[in-house]
Amino acid sequence: MPALEVKDLATTFHTDDGLVKAVSGVSFSLDQGKTLGVVGESGSGKSVTFLTVMGLVDPRHAQVSGSVLLNGEEMLGASQARLRQIRGATIGMIFQDPMTSLNPVKTIGWQLEEAVLIHQDVTRKEARRQAIEILKEVEIPRSDQRVDDYPHQFSGGMRQRVMIAMALINNPEVLIADEPTTALDVTTQAQILRLMGRLQQEHQMAIVMVTHDLGVVAELANDVIVMYGGKVVEQANVDDLFARPEMPYTWGLLGSLPRLNAEGSRLEQIPGQPPSLLNPPRGCPFNPRCAFVMDVCRTDLPELRRSDNGEEHYFRCHLDDETRTRTWEAKHAALVSKDAAA
Amino acid sequence: MTQFLIRRLFWAVFLFFVATIITYLIFWVIPADPAALAAGKAASPADILRVRHFLHLDRPIWEQYYYFVQNLVVHRSLGMSFVNRESVDSIIGKDAPVTASLVFGGAVFWLSLSIPVGILSALRPRSILDRITMTFVLIGISAHPVWIGLILSFLFGYKLHLTPIAGYCNFIPGSPGAQCEGPVQWAYHMILPWITFMILFAALYVRLVRANVMETMSEDYVRTARAKGASERRVMVHHVLRNSMLPVVTILGMDLGLALGGAIFTETIFNLPGLGREVISAYNADDLPVITGVVVFSTICVIIFNLIVDVTYGFLDPRIRPS
Amino acid sequence: MSSTSELLRVEGLEKYFPVRRGLIFQREVGSVKAVDGVDFVLNAGETLGVVGESGCGKSTMARCVARLLQPTAGKIFFEGRDITHLDRTAMRPIRREMMMVFQDPYASLNPRKRVGFIVGEPLEVHRIGTNAERKRRVQELLEIVGLSPEHYNRFPHEFSGGQRQRIGIARALAINPKLIICDEPVSALDVSVQAQILNLLKDLQEEFNLTYVFIAHDLNVVRHISDRVMVMYLGRAVEVGTRNDLFREPKHPYTGALLSAVPIAEPALGRSRRQIVLEGDVPSPLNPPEACRFHPRCPRFVPGKCDVDSPALLQMGSNEGHLASCHFPLERWPMSDDEIRQHAPMVGAPD
Repeated sequence: MPALEVKDLATTFHTDDGLVKAVSGVSFSLDQGKTLGVVGESGSGKSVTFLTVMGLVDPRHAQVSGSVLLNGEEMLGASQARLRQIRGATIGMIFQDPMTSLNPVKTIGWQLEEAVLIHQDVTRKEARRQAIEILKEVEIPRSDQRVDDYPHQFSGGMRQRVMIAMALINNPEVLIADEPTTALDVTTQAQILRLMGRLQQEHQMAIVMVTHDLGVVAELANDVIVMYGGKVVEQANVDDLFARPEMPYTWGLLGSLPRLNAEGSRLEQIPGQPPSLLNPPRGCPFNPRCAFVMDVCRTDLPELRRSDNGEEHYFRCHLDDETRTRTWEAKHAALVSKDAAA
Repeated sequence: MTQFLIRRLFWAVFLFFVATIITYLIFWVIPADPAALAAGKAASPADILRVRHFLHLDRPIWEQYYYFVQNLVVHRSLGMSFVNRESVDSIIGKDAPVTASLVFGGAVFWLSLSIPVGILSALRPRSILDRITMTFVLIGISAHPVWIGLILSFLFGYKLHLTPIAGYCNFIPGSPGAQCEGPVQWAYHMILPWITFMILFAALYVRLVRANVMETMSEDYVRTARAKGASERRVMVHHVLRNSMLPVVTILGMDLGLALGGAIFTETIFNLPGLGREVISAYNADDLPVITGVVVFSTICVIIFNLIVDVTYGFLDPRIRPS
Repeated sequence: MSSTSELLRVEGLEKYFPVRRGLIFQREVGSVKAVDGVDFVLNAGETLGVVGESGCGKSTMARCVARLLQPTAGKIFFEGRDITHLDRTAMRPIRREMMMVFQDPYASLNPRKRVGFIVGEPLEVHRIGTNAERKRRVQELLEIVGLSPEHYNRFPHEFSGGQRQRIGIARALAINPKLIICDEPVSALDVSVQAQILNLLKDLQEEFNLTYVFIAHDLNVVRHISDRVMVMYLGRAVEVGTRNDLFREPKHPYTGALLSAVPIAEPALGRSRRQIVLEGDVPSPLNPPEACRFHPRCPRFVPGKCDVDSPALLQMGSNEGHLASCHFPLERWPMSDDEIRQHAPMVGAPD
């Protein structure tokens, strides 16, 4: 049984201008000990998707459909009381900005103990012992003293360690990391990613890594979802995705990265701006920026269909197989020749 | 901490001089002859001249200021009233408790209304409660204290006879010549002034509390608390309230410090013998020592309350606690 | 492709921010050494990339060069002329020659002004042209940066992040400067938009023979756009060299650690890569480590040497102009975490 299984998830917000479909048609399954990378730009719906999975979208403003199975238990429609039992115990979450994600007027220890006391029937003393223990595990030096410090006394990297500690203190089976290293320096990012890798090995948890950084995904993920305009546009095993992307947006993303061995050359750019979640285009969400746009793209959303390249490789695109193959091979050749020329 | 207090003390002395010098300058600019008023209606020009000399009013303004400071430093006294030779110290000592009763009582009223209402309307923005509240806030902010006071006094005092129309009773019994005294009578007489204050300030504070709570609710650490599985009640009590009350403490401290210098309108309407009313009558009599005395007193109040705010802030917010 | 005429020279640049404490008269009790001795030369038409982590002083350095901050010590030469201590009037003609582009396209444009005013402001400040000429120039500029002349009367909030950065670039271009200092111009943008802006900057450089100082924390971006690169750590330049020298043959262990920390967007390469993970955080610039600033985190740290002698920025590697300040520079690249710890005997000082 997968640790987390999401089927046809959709989140719709009530706004002054009527209903707005922020996310729809998201499905994936994630096994224990595995990592799912979720890539997307601003407005892709990647954060909304996982706030929905956590049950953290306000039911007064949002309407959710589909299915979220955590260890086989349905989360959508579960009572608020049950959701609270699950959040922070079976599924933990860390966020992008460690500077603002901790309460500034409570000590680190208090905030870690709170996580323990919500879910375990233990004394405050025992909770404190667990807090010091987990701080040690996330490699915070002198954890028995630092536990009494306030967040502002920690550096950004250290605060993200504290956030990880807080998410893991009740040994969850799934950890959702929403851009956990975006706000950090590159050497600190390396530390945090290595720490997460080690903790995953030790605790065998499933990790969802939401990020805009294809490099992070390439290094950590087993499977990847590419999101655009509130839809999953491509989904594959990490090697298949990077070796044989099927969809123009994914091509564009890979091409727009400043590449290692192609200094100075022109980047392939995607024209225009990422769409706003509140006002998505009709048809394929990528059609206003796509170089291969056809009439059908402006009216019909392409189905998520299976690719022959790779086992569980899905994508959305109206282009026929032959054109896609030809185009990707040409692009790939260009990239490779750039690499060779350098 | 001591360093901080010492710096504050220097500030206080500086502020004291600025405030008093400005008072003297204004007095100097306004054409008035307090000596004539002090000497009485039947006084001859010679009498007035004598009084003027006696009050040092024939000296240049800077010299008068020098006498004021000298008197304060040597005799620890704010001087005597021009009008009736009563000590300014004892005038303030008599008036300050009245103003303090009004301000602190009013603060209890307005806070106990605006904090819960502010929180509730922040929790349910655009709900019916929120809309009604915001309408009242608008009325409260636009209304003038004199108007509110007169309406209340007319309605509850004159028409319904539920409260006195005006007047003050001492909290502590035993003062000679008082018509009424004791805590019950005190509160009975203060209730309308307090409500006036409540309407005035609650409007501002509801808006302040509502805005701060809403802002704090959208903070990342509140989302973190929810992700931990904390209940809404726990989120509110432990994560939202303390953080959202920080700015309220600052504003409250400043308002209290200012209001203690005299709530002129409310005191006048309800005929409360407080500092505000005292300033008005001193102004009409060109009674410089009394005006200066009240200015000094309210400067001290503002400084003390700012100090209290700073200390409270340090207690509430570890980020600015001196390490 | 770049001419060899020197446009900008910076010598021994220092910027200390005093930390004051005291009762009424505040004494200086220390200083944040934000920039602590930086030298470089920049030729016309060239791009100098400046990389480093937060707190390394790269932004302060840029603001000093643009004379938005007054340096504590050191000299700045622009076209051979010492501009370090020029007053406002004397700086005026030079301000026309160097402009800045900032990181946050949301914060660096006045939200109450129309785009036409924002872009045309430098023209107005320097009293160039008539109103009609200015308007024509602004519309031309909008076209150059890929916006439409019809955007003249719009407000900044009507634009996306990438478009706002284009407005910022149009403003910087308005009076034909020679030097543009870009402070993290693409860090706040989405990947696909980032590529647009990088391409635009490259096109403009070719078209107008611009010279860039390009500050960024993203090594891939710096590598893409720069001719030469300077790596900063705690206020000092630790390595300078051409792009190829620096990225293919890094000499300073910090450069090596930075390079190896960047995730690679290619699964097979990424998984097999040999990574150097540094311990701890960057120390505070208020109280930086003695001698080599990097020694407390350095995998090659030698007690008694690195914490005693400050290494000079010396010629290292095979090519001229490739400088690094290290007693025990890297012998080859790539290196793994274990390899990096076993270093050859010291270079440089015979003692």
